[in-house]
Amino acid sequence: MEDIWLMVLSTLASAIRLACPLVLAAMGGILAERSGIVDIGLEGKMLAGAFAAATTASLLGSPWLGLLGGMAAGVFFSMLHGVATIRYRGDQVVSGMALNFFALGLTMVLGQAWFEQGGQTPALDAAQRFTPINLPGAETWARQIPVLGDFYRIVLSGHSILVYAAFAMPALLAFMLGHTRFGLRLRAAGEEPNAVDTAGVSVAGVRTLALTATGMLCGAAGAYISTAQNAAFSRDMTAGSGYIALAAVIFGKWRPLPVLGACLLFGLLTALEARLQGQSLPGLGTIPPQVFQVLPYVLTVVLLAGFIGKATPPKALGRPYVKER
Amino acid sequence: MSTTTIPEPHGNGASRPAQRAPARLPWWLTGLVVPALQVALALGVASLVVLLVGESPLATLRVMLTGALDPANGLASTLYYATSLTFTGLAVAVAFHAGLFNIGGEGQAYVAGLGVALACLWLDGRLGAPAMFCVAMLAATAAGAFWAWIPGYLQARRGAHVVVSTIMFNYIAAGLLNYMLVSAIGSGGMGTETRSFAPSAMLPKLHEVLEPLGISLAPSFLNIATLLALLCAAGVWWLLWRTRLGYALRLLGHSPRAARYAGLSAASLTIIAMLISGALAGLMAVNDVYGAQGRLVLNFTGGMGFLGVAVALMGRNHPVGVLAAALLFGALYQGSTDLQLDFPRISPELILVIQGLVVFFVAALDRLVRAPVERGYLAWSNRQRPDA
Repeated sequence: MEDIWLMVLSTLASAIRLACPLVLAAMGGILAERSGIVDIGLEGKMLAGAFAAATTASLLGSPWLGLLGGMAAGVFFSMLHGVATIRYRGDQVVSGMALNFFALGLTMVLGQAWFEQGGQTPALDAAQRFTPINLPGAETWARQIPVLGDFYRIVLSGHSILVYAAFAMPALLAFMLGHTRFGLRLRAAGEEPNAVDTAGVSVAGVRTLALTATGMLCGAAGAYISTAQNAAFSRDMTAGSGYIALAAVIFGKWRPLPVLGACLLFGLLTALEARLQGQSLPGLGTIPPQVFQVLPYVLTVVLLAGFIGKATPPKALGRPYVKER
Repeated sequence: MSTTTIPEPHGNGASRPAQRAPARLPWWLTGLVVPALQVALALGVASLVVLLVGESPLATLRVMLTGALDPANGLASTLYYATSLTFTGLAVAVAFHAGLFNIGGEGQAYVAGLGVALACLWLDGRLGAPAMFCVAMLAATAAGAFWAWIPGYLQARRGAHVVVSTIMFNYIAAGLLNYMLVSAIGSGGMGTETRSFAPSAMLPKLHEVLEPLGISLAPSFLNIATLLALLCAAGVWWLLWRTRLGYALRLLGHSPRAARYAGLSAASLTIIAMLISGALAGLMAVNDVYGAQGRLVLNFTGGMGFLGVAVALMGRNHPVGVLAAALLFGALYQGSTDLQLDFPRISPELILVIQGLVVFFVAALDRLVRAPVERGYLAWSNRQRPDA
């Protein structure tokens, strides 16, 4: 019994670690899409962020500078998306897709040329990475308390600083969207941009700010993957998590707290996949790992199709704003 | 992209407010000059990336193009890749004309590969080559069409936006094939692939066809699916501009409201467009699995489905444009594999950089180049006819 409990706890802890980049990127996705800009480019921004963070951290020797580098790369790609979609009113899906390919190719080409390790960046040592933090008392009094103490020690404690920051983000974002002037303008830009314009606020300005924040969050998500979860950048290391984050945004109906739930669910699926590899379950037999891999996508399509609940996107999503004459 | 409007992603497929009709420009300006300038811009930015790597952009491009067009070995591969890209490009173009953005070509081709492989593995000892050809064609197109039908149905009847569901279905297809190749139909050897099909269950290669005629070519993957691609391009042109169905599809893409007033069923047309699109994407598997390799290999699509989007956008969704763009990208794809020999510092993924930049400048940043060209032309033509 004790063993099973510890196994459940370590699976939960692993789910939290796996959900962290999804949460950061999905919050970025919420900001972009609630402001009316479709962003299927989360993946590319994460990848660029991961590469820039690992490169900066290994050259300058500090994970914090790496994080800054990752965020800068994310913002750079986000601004490219902004120029195409806001300034030139280009198609938002096409732009996101193009930038995903650009980021994928760019990280591989630059990584190969600069480091000559098949696209890998140099391995980071402990001083150049975000390492786990033990919360106060996790190793002392938490050991005395049965059950809950274990939960505190294993599940809540022992993550890197980025995880705690990421999990604070949804509540902050929910407050920002629901209770601040900027949040109201951002939501209005995605639902009724005319109203924003009539109030004398620039729709393009609001959307550009939203996309900047999206870039920072996706860059941070990438930085987490290459400098906290792993100790280097490797080719295509995000491996589709940007699309899982996009799925989480839709699955959580563009609202920060439900989206956090979706990210945790998808993180748990990945954690279970690793945990149940080759294990036989009573009544189910062995579940192929591919089932866990495709479940987030299947669930999202099922939800979108209205079979469970209904996901309604922001009304002006995907429409370039043109001032009425 | 001048002729198509895409319904907003994960919206309810409602049409955009009608855009101002673009000024009447001669076809060579919109079809040739503007895309050429856009591709030049994209290659210019790609050159900056090559400079960052520390190599000469011009030398790189020269190596890519000479490698791709070298009749001794590169040209056949270029044509082989161009064949795949014609199929995936036509798939995207047909959907575009109906106002649908099918990003699922990669997944549809992938599932079609599974369909064609299952047919060949099951029947390759029992059917003659002609019968096998019919079965393989049917299996590939049916599997590809099926994988596109689901998102099409969900868009038409349940309002799930086709862009999102096709993205998701690409990943679901990858999981499905991964499972099949690892646990069900894999050969159990070193590579994640099936056993090779019997020779009768493969399309004839071009060098085999030409040998009896006294023309000897170096062996390559180039097979008679290339002729099929040309037929499909002609067929798509005929369908879109010479049939009632094609007119209905284009009307739906141009103005959903007009289509509704004309008594057309948007739902049925959406599903039909996706079925045709998926079947075309599925033919890419005929070129590769049934034509070139004679077995199903993990990740055999190699991004050709995604590259089809670039091909369709660059070819302005017209079959002739698609053929031209497929040739260009086929050459770049082949050329990028040759790069490593001359420039070990440049990885073949340079093709992804070029692909991303071309899609960005040709489609996403379309107005950057088009608007000044339009303005310039109008100013010039007004000077020619001051009374107009």
